[in-house]
Amino acid sequence: MMMNHSLKSRCKVSPGSIITGKWHSNKYTVLKELGFGANGIVYLAKFKNTQVALKMSDNGMSITSEVNVLRSFAKVQGSTLGPSLLDVDDWNSKQGQISFYAMEYIQGPDLLTFIQRKGKSWSTVLFLQLLNDLNKLHENGWVFGDLKPENLIVTGPTPKIRCIDVGGTTLQGRAIKEFTEFYDRGYWGLGSRKADRAYDLFAVAMIMINTAYPKRFNKTTGGILQLREAIRKQKDLLPLEKVIVKALHGQYSNALQMRTELLSLVMDNKNIHPENKPPVTRTKGSHQTQKVNQPVKQPRSRQTYRRRKKKSRWFETISITIFIALLYVLYIFQKLL
Amino acid sequence: MYTGKIRQILLITDGCSNQGEDPIAMAALAKEQGISVNVIGVMEQDVIDEKGMTEIEGIAMSGGGVSQIVYAQQLSQTVQMVTRKAMTQTIQGVVNRELQQILGRSQTIEDLPPEKRGEVMEVVDELGETVELEVLILVDTSASMKHKLPTVKEALLDLSLSLNARTGDNQFAVFVFPGKKNDVEKILDWTPKLQSLTSIFSQLTTGGITPTGPAIRTALTSFNSKRSLRSLLTGDDESFLEESM
Repeated sequence: MMMNHSLKSRCKVSPGSIITGKWHSNKYTVLKELGFGANGIVYLAKFKNTQVALKMSDNGMSITSEVNVLRSFAKVQGSTLGPSLLDVDDWNSKQGQISFYAMEYIQGPDLLTFIQRKGKSWSTVLFLQLLNDLNKLHENGWVFGDLKPENLIVTGPTPKIRCIDVGGTTLQGRAIKEFTEFYDRGYWGLGSRKADRAYDLFAVAMIMINTAYPKRFNKTTGGILQLREAIRKQKDLLPLEKVIVKALHGQYSNALQMRTELLSLVMDNKNIHPENKPPVTRTKGSHQTQKVNQPVKQPRSRQTYRRRKKKSRWFETISITIFIALLYVLYIFQKLL
Repeated sequence: MYTGKIRQILLITDGCSNQGEDPIAMAALAKEQGISVNVIGVMEQDVIDEKGMTEIEGIAMSGGGVSQIVYAQQLSQTVQMVTRKAMTQTIQGVVNRELQQILGRSQTIEDLPPEKRGEVMEVVDELGETVELEVLILVDTSASMKHKLPTVKEALLDLSLSLNARTGDNQFAVFVFPGKKNDVEKILDWTPKLQSLTSIFSQLTTGGITPTGPAIRTALTSFNSKRSLRSLLTGDDESFLEESM
């Protein structure tokens, strides 16, 4: 707390300041603060008419460590999970040398905000994307580590999930570098803090639970019992229970396995998120890429199902009215005669 | 390659010392022996006063360690973060010294161009994963700490979970102050597992005084006695290490 405070003030930069790199002499104009974490502050900045994100920290080693991760991400073909690295440098500020790196600016709401705005039908799609990206990351020997909704940004125009903070990314087999309790396997007493694929998948399962409990919840008894209880209490989570529990137990050996089961669960179960707003998909309308096509099927079939249900309800009401009217007519005739 | 161990004292307290030697001087003594002293100040509803704060920062500063003030709820995460941070700091210090020997005087990691730094960082990371770590935990059990002790216990179990995920070996020892008879009491001797704490912690009694200085001094002797015991045995141990590198 206190350290964060002092750290914050040391690399606190006001909008309009110009940051000049000591080694590469690139000039960045700071526009605004985007956020801060345990290891530094991220700013939105302008560089040669493009917007970039600048991460600054007075702890040069954590910057170097993150740069190492981003560099090795760049070598992974087709992976778009993390931001791409643009520049690494030092800045001689009045308070002393501050290390920073510039990366691609990933714009959009975080995962929970996005799902809140656009409807729950998106959550499965995004989880499928996330699992796909995680698989690529795992295949290259890494574990993301500090996976949480705040670190997941959904960019447009075709919604795509991206990760923005690689501070926790750890080589497989080592101890997890950084984590957040709610998404941490060790905190819930369900495993070690050794970086393996199942560690990330546990976090994905917790994020799924998080979508139904936006404010999270505290550990009481801990363990699988409390988490199962939490899943059972939310009807949005129930259809996914099988996948979530399996991931919490660490029973998936890789992300693709979890992805396949999640997908088959969603395709089988028509009743996922029954009270959804389907119009979300309609707004995108005519020009849809193939990627989005898959999920579109889902709400459409649900719509027809609902319409049919509505029709049968109407039919019921009308027949009852007619029946009662008939009885009344018979009654009147009887009285008249 | 650096094959030594990293030695740390982790002091968990909620206020100022009021008996015995100056804890800041004792922390400096620890640093002289290559042992860093980290301090975590735990608050609950109460706030640590100015004097307590200055002492906490002072101990960490002169002990070459890290200090942090937290609310009890955040203790678990802080304990592991502070330990890790202090460990990296020590390793960085060692790497910096090596660099100075190779590159000449005032060169540190920060003076290297960013491209070169990455390789050095990989070495630091690697060492942090594999180096042997000894942490002596000093818990303040003065009266005001009483209701915070269950949280402290949770945090320590969590710490062993974090550190035991590393490839390198860990040794923990736990001391409390004030003890039943003396200023300081050893409640857990050097062990790689902290799980046995659970039963011991529930029986702890809390007392009035806060002899932080004497506690740090006693902790130091514990490191030393451990070393002298080891030195009897480690004669061929070391050569084995060299061979395996």
